[in-house]
Amino acid sequence: MIDLKDLTITKARKALDAKQFSAVELAQAYLDEIKKKNKELNAYLEVFDDVLDQAKRSDEIIEKGKSYPLLGIPLAIKDNILIKDRIASSASKILENYTASYDATVIEKLKREGAVFLGRTNMDEFALGGSTENSAYGPTKNPHDITRVAGGTSGGSAATVSANLALGALGSDTGGSIREPSALCGVVGFKPTYGAVSRSGLMAATSSFDCIGPITKTVKDAQIIFDVIRGKDKLDSTSFSQEPFLRKVRKIGVPWDLINQEGIDVKVKENFREAVKNLKNLGYEIKDIKLPNCLALYYIINFAEVSTNLARFDGVRYGVHKDGKNLLGDYLLSRGTGFGKESRRRILLGAYVLSAGYYDAYYGKAQKVREALKKEFKELFSKIDLILTPTSPIPAWKIGEKSNLLSMYLVDIFTVTANIVGVPAISVPSGFMEVEEKKLPLGIQFMAPHGGEDLLFEVGKKFEAMK
Amino acid sequence: MDIKDVENLASLVRIELKEDEKRELLSDMKGILEYVRQIEKVNVKHSVFNITNNNVWREDTPDPREFSKELITKQFPDAQDGFLKVKKIL
Repeated sequence: MIDLKDLTITKARKALDAKQFSAVELAQAYLDEIKKKNKELNAYLEVFDDVLDQAKRSDEIIEKGKSYPLLGIPLAIKDNILIKDRIASSASKILENYTASYDATVIEKLKREGAVFLGRTNMDEFALGGSTENSAYGPTKNPHDITRVAGGTSGGSAATVSANLALGALGSDTGGSIREPSALCGVVGFKPTYGAVSRSGLMAATSSFDCIGPITKTVKDAQIIFDVIRGKDKLDSTSFSQEPFLRKVRKIGVPWDLINQEGIDVKVKENFREAVKNLKNLGYEIKDIKLPNCLALYYIINFAEVSTNLARFDGVRYGVHKDGKNLLGDYLLSRGTGFGKESRRRILLGAYVLSAGYYDAYYGKAQKVREALKKEFKELFSKIDLILTPTSPIPAWKIGEKSNLLSMYLVDIFTVTANIVGVPAISVPSGFMEVEEKKLPLGIQFMAPHGGEDLLFEVGKKFEAMK
Repeated sequence: MDIKDVENLASLVRIELKEDEKRELLSDMKGILEYVRQIEKVNVKHSVFNITNNNVWREDTPDPREFSKELITKQFPDAQDGFLKVKKIL
């Protein structure tokens, strides 16, 4: 029996190389666990039928005496990342029958390493949401309390890692979609610098915010996956290869104004203060900084880009097609029935903020504020090395509890900023809070300057080691 | 904003809506737009605004990629002689 609970990518690598267990045995252990738990959690939308064949191929490479960091490691992949010959639906009805005709660049890199893909994970439709409740295939449940959400939009990916249904997972992060579900499920979630990982083969939500990144049990594991998937790609002109970042972390900025306001759970604040104390004990200097609330800015740009990006789904070349009276009728019906509520809402809002009479007031203004914020961050990072906040203002909430849209949007208050300015950020577990006799996980978030991933890994590992 | 605006936007984005969906969207959108309208109050100094994005160029040379034509054509909702078939446009 392989002990999946305490297994990490680092440990599994050693065990595989030492032949303590084979990749097939490891994959089988995960398949058994998935069989036991996935029905209840709804974390995987599909478990691939060739998992053991993939693992067998990895074993053959191991037999030859070769070793790569992810060789034979079982991973879960978010449903908006393309794997050739497999369905990729973005948890939407409109793509329920869509089969990818090529590999995303990250998938190509993972395949080259001999990683094993267990299946595709549940998410908010087209990565629009924050709880995985917007999936057309039902919400993912939080492994720590199945009456609660797993967070989102990469809720399925975070739940698989948290419940030992995968050793690691890929998610995508547009405004917190890797970090927030990771915090709510008690695992590590890492969003790289914008452009550090190629977006080729990732279904676009907000192209100027989107990033692919890992969800894992430890900071070291996140770093291992990141090192495999990073790098410039000719298929994504926004991607780049990073220069090593020479800087040590000494000063950490905390935006106390933003954290001490109402709407942030009292126990989240307590947990956060405890984390700050621990970081002080590690020798870091904590500085009070000011950060604005960026939600309005974030959502205007999100609506506009989502509206544009989702225009391609029209039922003409692939996906769900509904027959109307004429071509226009086909569009109206296919899109009307294929998209879920939140997608439709954001498509309409995007068309509104981009329309002639309102463009300057909304989208145009948002772009100006975004430029100003980028400049502000540059100045800020000349005085401090990292920024620290809670990842989410509240712990996992009950499924169906948040019927008010704005209250759902407000959960992203601490995470959207990193996407707006394009800096890397990581969510690390910071303990639990007790609610109704259940222990719900919490997380804290570090943000670093552009290209400062190493700073996040360094401090993240030290914080993690204090547990 | 009223129901006519919702209808107009829905026709622009090619989404058919039922009557009750229109009413629900109208109320949702009003609430959200009222919230994001706070962006108006943010003061931005004129001097900070300069677009820093640059074009990324590459050589204009063909670079074949491996796509599965079969996988693409197999997914056409309607096809004839290997071509995608759509309804009359004009």
